Order: sequence, then structure tokens, then C-alpha cells
Amino acid sequence: MIAAEVVEHAGNGGFARYAWIVALLPFVSTVLTLFFGRRTPGKGAVYGITAIGVGLVLSLLVLWNFVQDGPTVHDAVDWFSIGSLRMQVGQYVDGLTAVMLIVVTVVSLCVHVYSLGYMHGDERYTWFFVVLSLFTGAMANVVIAENLFQLLVGWEVMGICSYLLIGHWWEEHANSSAAIKAFLVTRTGDIPFTFGIFALVVATGATTSSIPAITEAAERGELSIVWATAAALLLFGGAIGKSAQFPLHVWLPDAMAGPTPVSALIHAATMVAAGVFMIGRMFQVFLHADPIVLTIVSVVAGITMLIAALLAMIQGDIKRVLAYSTVSQLAYMVAGLSLGEAGYTAGLFHLFTHAFFKALLFLGAGSVIHAVHTNEMTEMGGLRRPMPRTFWTFLIGSAALSGIPPLSGFWSKDEIISTAFHEHSYILWAVAAFTAILTAFYMTRAVLLTFFGEYRGHGHPHESPAVITGPLIVLAALSCVVGFLNATAFNIYEFSEWVHIGEGEHPPFNYGFAALSIVGAVLGIAAGYRVYSRYREPEPLRALGPLYVVLENKYYLDEIGWRGIVRPVRDQVSAATYWTNQHVLDAAVNATAWVTRKVAGVANLFDRRVIDGAVNAAAGTAGFTGGLLRYLQSGNVQRYAAFLFAGIVLLAIVFTRV
Amino acid sequence: MIRLALPLLFSAALFSVGVYGVLARRNAVLVLMSIELMLNAVNVNLVAFSQRIGEITGQVFALFVIAVAAAEVGIGLAIVILIYRNREMINIDEVNLLKW
Amino acid sequence: MTGQEWMFVVLGLIGTVAAIRLVTTREIVHGALYLTVTLSTIAGAYLIMAAEFVAWVQVLIYVGAIVILFLFGLMLTRAPIGRAALDNQQRAVAAVIGLAILGGLSYLLLEAFPWDSAERISGDPAGGTAGALGESLFRDYVLPFEAVSFLLLAALIGAIVLSRKDDRAR
Repeated sequence: MIAAEVVEHAGNGGFARYAWIVALLPFVSTVLTLFFGRRTPGKGAVYGITAIGVGLVLSLLVLWNFVQDGPTVHDAVDWFSIGSLRMQVGQYVDGLTAVMLIVVTVVSLCVHVYSLGYMHGDERYTWFFVVLSLFTGAMANVVIAENLFQLLVGWEVMGICSYLLIGHWWEEHANSSAAIKAFLVTRTGDIPFTFGIFALVVATGATTSSIPAITEAAERGELSIVWATAAALLLFGGAIGKSAQFPLHVWLPDAMAGPTPVSALIHAATMVAAGVFMIGRMFQVFLHADPIVLTIVSVVAGITMLIAALLAMIQGDIKRVLAYSTVSQLAYMVAGLSLGEAGYTAGLFHLFTHAFFKALLFLGAGSVIHAVHTNEMTEMGGLRRPMPRTFWTFLIGSAALSGIPPLSGFWSKDEIISTAFHEHSYILWAVAAFTAILTAFYMTRAVLLTFFGEYRGHGHPHESPAVITGPLIVLAALSCVVGFLNATAFNIYEFSEWVHIGEGEHPPFNYGFAALSIVGAVLGIAAGYRVYSRYREPEPLRALGPLYVVLENKYYLDEIGWRGIVRPVRDQVSAATYWTNQHVLDAAVNATAWVTRKVAGVANLFDRRVIDGAVNAAAGTAGFTGGLLRYLQSGNVQRYAAFLFAGIVLLAIVFTRV
Repeated sequence: MIRLALPLLFSAALFSVGVYGVLARRNAVLVLMSIELMLNAVNVNLVAFSQRIGEITGQVFALFVIAVAAAEVGIGLAIVILIYRNREMINIDEVNLLKW
Repeated sequence: MTGQEWMFVVLGLIGTVAAIRLVTTREIVHGALYLTVTLSTIAGAYLIMAAEFVAWVQVLIYVGAIVILFLFGLMLTRAPIGRAALDNQQRAVAAVIGLAILGGLSYLLLEAFPWDSAERISGDPAGGTAGALGESLFRDYVLPFEAVSFLLLAALIGAIVLSRKDDRAR
């Protein structure tokens, strides 16, 4: 084992200091596309592509800082304070951040370019790009977030963008339902996540939610076991929701109702990876919690891995195969992380490589769907001849996923499997190995059904235009190459340098396990070929009988959800709330109104009788006295003269005698 | 020469009789005559004092009073005649349109 | 009491009685005649007080013109000939007021100029001649004189205007 010397260069972080620009640019392009998109030639896609293109260049420069062993960058500005809690906005850029930025910008850029072709002619074309840019900005924000609340903001914005994008064609009821389901299920995971953040903030003295501050406190052992365990479990809840682990995995297959570029970006490479990323970020908390936490994590991962792979085997919709595959692979990443320090790098490396080939697979599936206008593999077949570029890139992607060396999937998945064994998690190892075989099987099935045999559809498929196949080629190339960033067989540990916990052991390459993995993959492929080389109706796997029925109904989880949660809440809880509103709240309001009316009545009475009475009485008195006085006016001049003279006499008396 | 009190008493008597006449008589012409009585009473007073203090101003004043009285009677009678034309009578106490 | 004083008292009594008859008579033309008597006695009083010009002006204008005016007025307004009810409702009040004024005036005057005071009206006729009056009138009081002439003109015109028949505005 060669321990690489990690020399901390006393640099200032180079371009890593500008990582925040990568997060800012997509927000700028969101605003620009929103306001000026329709009027720009090309309908506004240019803003997003430019922003992310620049972001990609910048991300490479950020990574360069870490290639040169530069330091982590930590900047924050105060926003406001609540009591002793300081809310800040900032960036925390370490190796993990750098590689995640690469993932986000590369995949996002490929998806943007791809969408130029795929979404061409769509009536909400500009809006699509607005939300894509917004999403990219949010994900980048999550990746560079300096503190947990900033991360939470990006997290939630991603949730909204996911909802908006899944429901892009909301005119179909199925699409809008899927969007709501995705949003609500991930939200269910977000509740424990938020409480996990609160727990960590409180545990560190309620002064900051800064990630480095919290992780360093955990590392130094300042977090009590109780707090750390509680926080870790709650945070993991968020990861379960966002990264579609059992039991909150149900939304991901339905999310395939969205356009394929969305599936590639959000539901393969980035948003679902955010849960895994978050665990990686807060790993010190997990490490310093009770060991039961990591056990729970690995159990969940193991279950998810297996059930998802089983479900992938029987899907007829090509995107659903890939969706369940994603769930399964995410479980691999979580499983890797659950192995503790040893599995940290492996799990995150798999995240890195998976992003590329899964995005490739989705985009390839999109290309196929675009050509044959259906998702169902039963109506495809023999497409390798009319669509060669799509075929070859898809093949490379499936090979990478299946773990065929020297493609990237092999290096990352094998790492996890062997680490599991080394860490004595034998059950996990067995499950992971079996799942790898299943993975190879269902991907072979997908490839055979789609590209081989005779075309069973009704259209005239032809190769997709360059804007679609271009990104496919790029991603295929990356899928071939990025594995070598951590090709332990050749003692390349670049990725481990960037992303590691602790001193980062570099486990040697175990040829035995590698051979086992390759054998497993080949077994899976062979089995797949055996069953599906000739297209047969009905689906051959129906031979599994009742097991097939269970799989077909997705383990009846959806029924449980509907009957156990949705219907009671919708019908009974809502009814109770309605009753309370009508009889309690409205009663209070109406009572207040009644009292006010009565008071107003009294006031009215007072005003009319007393006040108006006084005024009327004054007027009446004036009138009455006037009525009396008018009798003085007799019209008789002599009478007036009499008064006059009488007055004179009186005045004379007064003036002379008084 | 006569004592001063005499014309003064005379004037007082005439004046008060004139007042009674103005207040108590119905016919408009009679009222005007009573007014003349009052004016004459004043004249007597003026002349008496004029002769008492040797200033001739009083008598000049009396002349003016006479002239004005003449004018006033002329106009007054014109008005009375108008009233008569409109009402066929000149009883002052029946001319009370401004009655309440 | 000198002889002139007796003369004055007699004239005064006649005048006063005639005045009282004027305001109490029931025959209206008699009232005009009683007025004449009163005015004449006043002229006589002026003479006793040696204001001869004023006395003759009194006779000329009052007795000569104004009484005639009154008679014309009575004629034009068809004054009732013979007995008529010529008093109004407030006779009592009027009497009271009249008596009050008489009492008040007499009291005041006698208090200021008592019966037994030594003040006498001078009987010097030079103070009341036409020449003296004319001098005073046309020297010191020429302005009021002109004003009064203006007034008389106005009264003349006014009387004509008031009493003409309105033929046009029918």
C-alpha cells in the first residue's frame, strides 16, 4: 500500500475561490431566459447553454486547484441573525465539491444541448429551459453550500424544479399526478431532514449551521452520541426521500412521465445524487454517531438495491428499466457510504461515474423514444441498424453499468463490492454481488429488446440529429475514461486524493474480487442473451409465476400507500378539518359578527334617540319660540309704532333715572 | 316776555296728542295729520329756544322742518292714494300683508 | 303772569283742545278743520314769541297748502262723510303711551326749565324778521337750503310718478 503524501500547499485556493460563480450563473440565465427567452433567436436556450458552458470551464479550473493539492476554500457572508444563530451565505469548496460541480455542469450542458433537439417544437420550450437553468443553479448551490440552511434552500428548489419538469406535459393527468407524487414523497423525506438540520444546529450551540463548523465539531467529538445519532438518522431520512431509497423509492419510476432530458439530468445524475452527496458532506456526523446508524443505512441500501433490480427485470417501458436501475445504483452508493471511512471514497466515486453513464443511457433511450414515438420495448427492436450512433453509445453505457472493465462502472462498483467484503459486511457483499448479476441481466435484456431482432413497431425510425447524438458521444467517451481517475489496479488514486475521509487508505487492487465481478457480469449478460436473444411473446419472465405478479405490482407498495395514507387523509382527515372549520372557526367568526351587530344596534339606537333627539329638541325649541315670537309681527304698522314709542319712553326713563 | 315753560308745555302737549293720533287712528290721512301735529310741536320748541338764546338757527331749522313736512305730506298722500286705488279703502289696520 | 303770557295760555289751550278733537273726532272732515285751528294757534304762538317770519310761513304753507292737500287727499280717497268708526283696536294702549310721553316730556322740561325760573323769551322782534332769517338762510345755511329745494323737487317728481296710472304694463 502506497500512502501518498498529502502536502498542503500554502496556496489561496486558486480558482476554487470562484466556485460560487458556477452556482450564480445558472440563476442569471434563468432570469434572462424567463424575461427575454421568447424574443431571443433560438427561443432562449442560448442563455442556459452559455451559463453552464462557462460554469463547466470554471468547474474544471476549480478542480485544477485540487489536482494541485490546493486547500479547501471556505467563505461566508452574514445575512441576518436570529438570536444567537447567524444565517450566512457562502461557499465551502473541497474536493467533493469540485467533482460534484464537474458532474453537474457536464451533465447539465449535455442535457441542454440534447434538449435543443429533443424539445424542438414543444409549446413550452422556453419555460423548459428556464426551469432547467433554475434547477442547475439550485443543484450547484447545494454542492457549494457553506451551511445547512443554504443547502436546504437549494434542496427544496430542486424539489420544485423536479415537480415542474416532471409535469412539463401536464395536460396528461398521469403526468401531473406523477409530479405531485414525486413532490410529496420527497417532501416526506424532507421533514426528517429539516429536523436533522435543527438537531445539528442546536447540538453545536445554536450559533451557526455552517457545515465545516459542524463537521469539525463532530470530528473532535464535541457532538454527544445522542445528538449525532439522532441527527444522522434524521438526515438519512432526507436522503431516503431524495435518493429514492426504500420505502420512499416509489416516486422515481413514476417520474419517468417527464421528458427524457429531465429524467437524465434530475433523476439519474444530479438531484437523486444530492441525497448521497449530503450524506458524504455530513459524514463526520454519521461516523460519530452510534454504529447502529450505519447499520440501518446499509440495511436500507441492501433492501433497496435488491428490490429495485428485481423490478427492473420485468419492466416493459425502457425508461422504467433505467429508473429502477438508478434506484438500485443509488443504493450501491449509499451502501458504499454505510461501510464507514473505508467506503467513503468508493461510494462517492460510484456517484461520479454513475452520473455519466446513467445520463448517457437515459439520453440514448430518449433518442430511441424520439425515433419510434413509444416507450414500450415491445414495439421496438432491430434499431441498431437505423440508429447506429445511438446503439453504440447505449451499448457502452450498459456495459459501464454492468461493470465491464475497463469502463468506469467497473472501477467504481467493484470497489464498493470489495470494500464490503473487506469490512466484513458479508451480507451486504452477497446482496451487492447478486444485484450486479441482475444488473447485467436486465441491461442485456433492455439492449436486446430495443436494438436487436426485427422492428416490431409501425413507424420509420431513423437516427436522431447531431444535437441529440452529440451529447451521447461525449458522455460515452466520458464513461470510458473517467473510471481511470481511480483505477486502483494501475495505482491511480486521483479521485481518492480529492475525496477522502481521514488519511484515506488506498486499498490495493484485489484481482480476485475483480475476477469475481467480471464473472458475475458475464453470467448476467449470458443469461440475458439466453432468454431474450429471440423475441418471444409473452414476456418470458412470466414463468416466474407468482413472483412475477408480485413484481408486476411493485410489491403492492403503491396500494399500501393509497389505502393506508392517501385515502384516510384525503377523506377522513380532510372531512374532520372541514367540520372544524365550519362549526368551530366559522362559529366563532359568526358569533363575533353577531355581537358586533348587536353593539351596532345599540349604538344606532343611542345615536338616533339620544343624540338626534338632542339636536331635534334644540331645533324644536327654536321653532317653538319662533312660533311664539312671530305673533309679534302683526303686519299692523301702528302696532309697531306703539312698540316704538313705548320703547322710547322706557329708554328715556332708563337713561335719566338709572 | 313770556316764561320759557309755556311754549315748552304747549309743545309737549301737542306732541303727545300727535302720538296718540298716530297710534290710535285708522284712516291713513288722519295718521298723516297727527304726524303734522308732532312736527309742529317740534317747531314750537325750536322757535321757543331760538328766541330764548338769541340764535336764529332754531328758526331756520323750523323753516326747514316746514319745508320737509310739506314734501312729506305730498309723498305720503300719493302713497295713500295708491293704497286706495288698490284696496278701495285706507284703513291702516287692514293693510297687514306682512302679518305672520 | 303778564298779559302776553295770558294770551299765550289762551292760544295754547285752544290749540291743544283742537288737537285733541282732531284725534278723537268721528267725522273726518271735522278733523281737517280742527287741524287748521291748531295750526293757526301755533302761528299765533309764533307771533307772541316774536318770530314773525316763521309765523307767516306757517300760515302760508301749513294752513294754506298742507291743509288743502289733506282735503284733496280726503276727497280722492272717498273719506266717509259723517260719523264713522275712525279708531282702531289699540286706543287704550295709545292713550297710555300718549299720557306717558306727556308726563315724561313735561317732567323733563319742567325739571330743566322750571315754571318759576327767571328765564324769559325775549320779545325782540328783530331776531325774527325776514331780513334776519334771509341773511342767515342765504349765508350760513345756503347748502341745506339748496338741499331742501332738491328734496322738494324729488318729492314733486315722486308724487307724480307714484300717482299716475299704469297704462303701459297691462
